[in-house]
Amino acid sequence: MAYPYVSDREVRILSKHFGDPAARTLEGALANGRYEALKKALEMDRGAVIEEVKTSGLRGRGGAGFPTGVKWSFMPKDSGKPHYLCCNADESEPGTFKDREIIRWDPHQLIEGCLIASYAIGAEHCYIYCRGEFFEASSILAKAVEDAYQAGYVGKDILGSGVNVDITVHIGAGAYICGEETGLMNSLEGRRGQPRVKPPFPAAAGLFGMPTTVNNVETLAAVPHIVEHGGEWYRQWGTEKSPGTKLFCVSGHVNRPGNYELPLGFPLKDLIHDVCGGIRDGNALKAVIPGGSSVPILSAEESEECALCYEGVIAAGSMLGCASVIVMDETTDMVKQVRRMAYFYQHESCGQCTPCREGSAWVTKILRRIEDGRGKEEDLETLVEVTTQMTGTTICVLSDSVAAPVQSSIEKFRDEYLALIRRGERVGAA
Amino acid sequence: MVTLTIDGQEVTVPRGTTLLKAAESVGTKVPHYCYHDGLSSPAMCRLCLVEVEGAPKLQPSCVTQAQDGQVVHTGSPNAEAMRRGVLEFYLVNHPLDCPICDQSGECKLQDFVHAEGREHGRSREPKRVFGRDDFGGDVLFYGDRCVMCTRCVRFMNEVEQDPRLTVVERGNRSVIDTFFERGLDGTNWSGNIVDICPVGALVSKDFLYKQRAWDLDHTPSICPSCSQGCNIDLHTRDNLVQRLKPRTNLEVNAHWMCDHGRHNYEFMNRGDRIEAPLVKEGDRHTEVGWKEALSTMLDRAREVGGTVRAVASPFSCNEDLAALKAVVEALGGGEIVYRLARAEEEIPLKGMPTLARRRDLAPNGTGADALGLERVGDDDGTGGLETVSSHDGVVLVLGDALQDQAADFAGGASLFVYLGTHASEAVQGGDFILPVTTFAEQEGTFTNRVGRVQRFWPGLQAPGAARPAWLVLGAVASELTEAEPANTAAEAFSRWVASNEPFAGLDYASLGTRGASMNEPVSAAGD
Ligand SMILES: Cc1cc2nc3c(=O)[nH]c(=O)nc-3n(C[C@H](O)[C@H](O)[C@H](O)COP(=O)(O)O)c2cc1C
Ligand code: SF4
Ligand code: SF4
Ligand code: SF4
Ligand code: FES
Repeated sequence: MAYPYVSDREVRILSKHFGDPAARTLEGALANGRYEALKKALEMDRGAVIEEVKTSGLRGRGGAGFPTGVKWSFMPKDSGKPHYLCCNADESEPGTFKDREIIRWDPHQLIEGCLIASYAIGAEHCYIYCRGEFFEASSILAKAVEDAYQAGYVGKDILGSGVNVDITVHIGAGAYICGEETGLMNSLEGRRGQPRVKPPFPAAAGLFGMPTTVNNVETLAAVPHIVEHGGEWYRQWGTEKSPGTKLFCVSGHVNRPGNYELPLGFPLKDLIHDVCGGIRDGNALKAVIPGGSSVPILSAEESEECALCYEGVIAAGSMLGCASVIVMDETTDMVKQVRRMAYFYQHESCGQCTPCREGSAWVTKILRRIEDGRGKEEDLETLVEVTTQMTGTTICVLSDSVAAPVQSSIEKFRDEYLALIRRGERVGAA
Repeated sequence: MVTLTIDGQEVTVPRGTTLLKAAESVGTKVPHYCYHDGLSSPAMCRLCLVEVEGAPKLQPSCVTQAQDGQVVHTGSPNAEAMRRGVLEFYLVNHPLDCPICDQSGECKLQDFVHAEGREHGRSREPKRVFGRDDFGGDVLFYGDRCVMCTRCVRFMNEVEQDPRLTVVERGNRSVIDTFFERGLDGTNWSGNIVDICPVGALVSKDFLYKQRAWDLDHTPSICPSCSQGCNIDLHTRDNLVQRLKPRTNLEVNAHWMCDHGRHNYEFMNRGDRIEAPLVKEGDRHTEVGWKEALSTMLDRAREVGGTVRAVASPFSCNEDLAALKAVVEALGGGEIVYRLARAEEEIPLKGMPTLARRRDLAPNGTGADALGLERVGDDDGTGGLETVSSHDGVVLVLGDALQDQAADFAGGASLFVYLGTHASEAVQGGDFILPVTTFAEQEGTFTNRVGRVQRFWPGLQAPGAARPAWLVLGAVASELTEAEPANTAAEAFSRWVASNEPFAGLDYASLGTRGASMNEPVSAAGD
């Protein structure tokens, strides 16, 4: 029985029903115990729900890893204004495909998480912002929301508790930048999907100018389990600073790519060689991107000792991000793959900040030139300086994301760049 | 109030002041594109980054609010390096076609790159090309020069509140565009986007390739096209007004002026002027010197006597009108009327409720009223002169060229004196035709519709023997009353204008470049 691949080293909590079409239906979901946590939460004080999530130490799974309970506690208590929850299902980071799977296989798990979170932060309306290309997932989700409305789990006076939470599934138009939380809010409001300047932060003035919390799909999907079993229960997995389990999206040159739910702190080495069945064709490992395209590349040596928790990946020289592990074997053309990432960012930059708008396109052109054999050695210095100029100077961190692959690859795989440059020089001279 | 330190200088500013403004208050200009005093702040150009001690990143000074005890460095190595970097980014796709760019010389990209940029940009890649687009109205768009500050989009959205522009596409494919073919046609304030565009991306069709910015002289003035009194600069060269630009005065027009006023300047350049005093002898006029003209005129006036009926113009300044009034009084009193064309309706600027192209299409109707002149005629500025035309005493006409009047105007007058810039058929009957200057050629003040008295300065040289009317009429009045003549506009103001109750207490010099209100604004209501 195998959702594409499973491993016995997994701890399958969020992904328990991946691969089981029955879990999508309301009946199936109820049989799996969905909405039990909601009932429990509705009997708790809002503050107690937040406390429980704080106790669990759950950290945001959208990339930044901010403690979820703490984020919720930023929401004002008696603002007298409508509050909103935005569920971020824009999942567009290259290498990431976990949120889509949660929605496809267990949508009621997410809906339940949205309801509990809405209750905790005092929101009566939750928007689930789905990536534009999620045709299948968003229709499954829309159907599940409709069923949940019918059954009285969503809407007015949920289960007779007097609590109201509406859920709207909104489908984006296919822009990576709408996954950035303030870009998401602009897009929901019908404006250009581009990030806002902070402050004000969403908890003060977010969607429609009202107090808002934005959470990732996986973050919210973990909430019902925490409420049901308690924060301490969640801490039995993971590390002190990174409690719980996490979905790892493994792609690239491994024998068994896919989603694996593992306790945080899991060794990267074991993920590649054991869980994913090793590198394809018995090739040697060259590099790993541990957290999606926005984080620095780890060399094979660096990946050896890397523990897959927030602090562990930082210690290894990168970031856990959204735990999208891209594995590259010795056949990988590093310059080409970095150029393709840079191209992605130049294409997805919203274009408002000059360093990002101009820098991402410039960097891509330089990389393309090097790839085409028309590079110069000083281009490498230019690339590093230009990406440094793009770091910390913009409204959102998309700009910084360009620096990660470029700078880390030049540092760790400089020879590959130089080889292309030298070959080009020889051809040019001939 | 909060107290902070900027570049080692302590400064106290009101709470909520941005670092950019706080720095400005101690004389430090932080370069910026997207920020504009009259618009919202998107903080997107990233050029205004400064270092704030304790902050992990450089902060955009345009939106970062000053805090007590903050220590800010606008010129620290880090801040300068990053701004140099941002400036380099601006040049990656910029055409740098300064030699054929209208903005050259007043371009913020030139200025900032010269001040802080790298000596050489490092980009060797082919540039992205958008080309040129006609945005409609008076506006041409050179896409490749755009720095994507969105000032133009925000002006149309927030100030004119007629959204006609937008950013299409994203990333470095972003480009400003109009909605389909609609463009800017039919808008009334869009000329302002050319002014606020920091580079040569938006240029005026009217001014296209006309002059180089550095050749133009700038003279502070007041827009003569309606009673709002927008503060402007005359940009002149070769003794011609080349264009008008708004001059910031938050109490009158902020940073803006309407397109109607902006493009109404050719009349200041009109050539067919009266250039010398003319005295009628028989049925022809003879050129004479000023001295002779005035002394003969005085003799004639003393000789004929009788009541005076005068016609003035709301395009004349307070000094001219008041001097005319003094002459009329010295000649034994009489009536002064003026005519003023009125537009069908106002053209409001939605984002600034106190600013509109007003219905009164002249700058000084309020001044005329305050001096006791009487408005006559129709809304198109014609008619109403029957009693003057048939008057058998002295008829004085100042500034109104009498275009609608017949050749026998004031045919029965004992003395008909015309002071003006241009002659018409009706003027030909004048016993004396005296050349005076336009407002663009002289100093003076206009009183706007809410009673704000505002100064203007001469930007053009007067042709031939033309002199300011206040000087001419002032000389006549002082002859008649044996008073000291007024030799400067300031003297004319204090002698002839300030002696009128509504203007009492106003001091010419202290009006400065921004003006001051009359004690009791007359006709403040209405339009
Ligand atoms: C360029 C950019 C793209 C992002 N895309 C996503 C995304 O697709 N999904 C997501 O959950 N978070 C994304 N984020 C992070 C969100 O801004 C936000 O931090 C997150 O949704 C918060 O949820 P969490 O606290 O549950 O992680 C993105 C951030 C940036 C800067
Ligand atoms: S950094 Fe890039 S993507 Fe982010 S707001 Fe600025 S231009 Fe847009
Ligand atoms: S916009 Fe400025 S820098 Fe660009 S071509 Fe014109 S004058 Fe030169
Ligand atoms: S056209 Fe001018 S004002 Fe408009 S965005 Fe470009 S540079 Fe700014
Ligand atoms: S002026 Fe501050 S970012 Fe543009």
